[in-house]
Amino acid sequence: MTDAVLRIEGLHKSFGELEVLRGIDVQVDRHEVVCLIGASGSGKSTLLRCVNLLEEIDAGRIVIDDVDITARRVDVDRIRRRIGIVFQAFNLFPHMTVLDNVTLAPRKVLGRPRAEAERAATELLERFGLADKRNDVPDLLSGGQQQRVAIVRALAMDPDLLLLDEVTSALDPELVSEVLNVVRELAAGGMTMVIATHEMGFARDIAHRVCFLDGGRIIEEGPPAQMFQEPREPRTRQFLQRIIDAGRL
Amino acid sequence: MGLSGGSRDVGPLEPVGPREPLLFRRRSDREQLARSLTIALVSSIVVFGGLALIITSSPGWESVKQSFLDPEVFADSLPDVVSAFWVNVRLFLIAEVLILVFGLLLAVVRALPGPVLFPVRAMATLYTDVFRAIPGLLIIYVLGFGIPGLGLEGVPNDPFFWAVVTLTLVYSAYVSEVFRAGIESVHPSQDAAARSLGLSRLQSMRYVVLPQAVRRVIPPLLNDFIGLQKDTVLVSLIGVVEIFRTAQIKAAANFNFTPFLAVALVFLVVTLPLSRLTEWLVIRERRRQAGRGGAR
Repeated sequence: MTDAVLRIEGLHKSFGELEVLRGIDVQVDRHEVVCLIGASGSGKSTLLRCVNLLEEIDAGRIVIDDVDITARRVDVDRIRRRIGIVFQAFNLFPHMTVLDNVTLAPRKVLGRPRAEAERAATELLERFGLADKRNDVPDLLSGGQQQRVAIVRALAMDPDLLLLDEVTSALDPELVSEVLNVVRELAAGGMTMVIATHEMGFARDIAHRVCFLDGGRIIEEGPPAQMFQEPREPRTRQFLQRIIDAGRL
Repeated sequence: MGLSGGSRDVGPLEPVGPREPLLFRRRSDREQLARSLTIALVSSIVVFGGLALIITSSPGWESVKQSFLDPEVFADSLPDVVSAFWVNVRLFLIAEVLILVFGLLLAVVRALPGPVLFPVRAMATLYTDVFRAIPGLLIIYVLGFGIPGLGLEGVPNDPFFWAVVTLTLVYSAYVSEVFRAGIESVHPSQDAAARSLGLSRLQSMRYVVLPQAVRRVIPPLLNDFIGLQKDTVLVSLIGVVEIFRTAQIKAAANFNFTPFLAVALVFLVVTLPLSRLTEWLVIRERRRQAGRGGAR
């Protein structure tokens, strides 16, 4: 028994002719924060969606806490309870209040009584400065607030693993930091996270390990200091150079 | 006003600057409104007055007036027609509830994925295809006369029962398509978000997809129900004495078509408010969507 929360072995995924993931091997330990970096289309989001079983994989294994979640006849719903995911476009439920967005899964999936679920949700919302928005519908909130609600919604299920899929890419620049601060706080609290991101400065600060994806493979991985200062692979260097040229690191 | 005489210095197309005094702007708006109303009124009088003139001066007008617009026959038949209309009202109220349930069920079944459910989906698809293809009139005949004709034990032969069954079967096919369009209009990311939280397929449908879908399809649903209310007259064919059959009886007794005019009026009275409501809902939904787009 290792302390790996997530272990991915030889993962392949194609969409029709297009092979998006071509053999991914990676392990994420408990309390570890792993950042996935790479150009758009390198497979970061697909990898996260595979881990959450939102995409069916073609080959390989995904193991969570020593349970192969890609085996046949696993209870998909039961596995998803333990893995939270936050999407680029928030995907809040527009017909529900913030509070209902957060309590829906605890009530319907875990069978918690409404009062208990609402108490827990309110506590979480308070922690992230959203308590006064609890009775608003998502459309009344700013993008940053919506994304923070989406994070709270995932946290309300008390997941073992949190996947963040470019959570700041749809935000206006001035709203990025409020969301990143939430993620920093989660990291400080020991949350195990896999984060696909274009925010290199953030990745350098927060990650224990950085994986560079290119063409559906992890080309290089290592601690952020090494990845950002002395990358070994020429393609990693190229990618980081382009980021630096764009003034984003 | 006195100094500028008849000339207007604020034309309808002249842009109104943001710094213009509010009072002045309001008055010009009001003037424009008054002008538009006058024009609309005059043009209506000309068009409808002209039409009335053409019809009443036609060579056959007197005889048509006698057989379609007899005030005595109208007054005599209206109470009977109205009371017979309650049969139609009962018919469409019962059918509407059943249609909503059955139509929604069909739509949900067709939206469920997975190879195991293929036969169920195929059956639902076949059902909608068949019942939308065959004229409702034929189905009424077949069910209303055919099934009671089999003489099976325990099968009702009350025409009202078969009228409800027919309308439900036919309209569920249409309504399920409306629901399905609504379900498909909800972005897949909503389902993904629900599933990612551990909600099952059915829970995601029930709590996340359907509430959004149903809200969007209320106007087209009401539209289908307007059609249904009118189609209730078709069941007169299998012997349900409802508004149309009553009017036929009255018409035959008086050798006069005026009772049908009474029927038309009754339907107008019931359907018009529903049409206005539908239109109002469509406009409201459009505004809401626009508001949402602006907020993002």
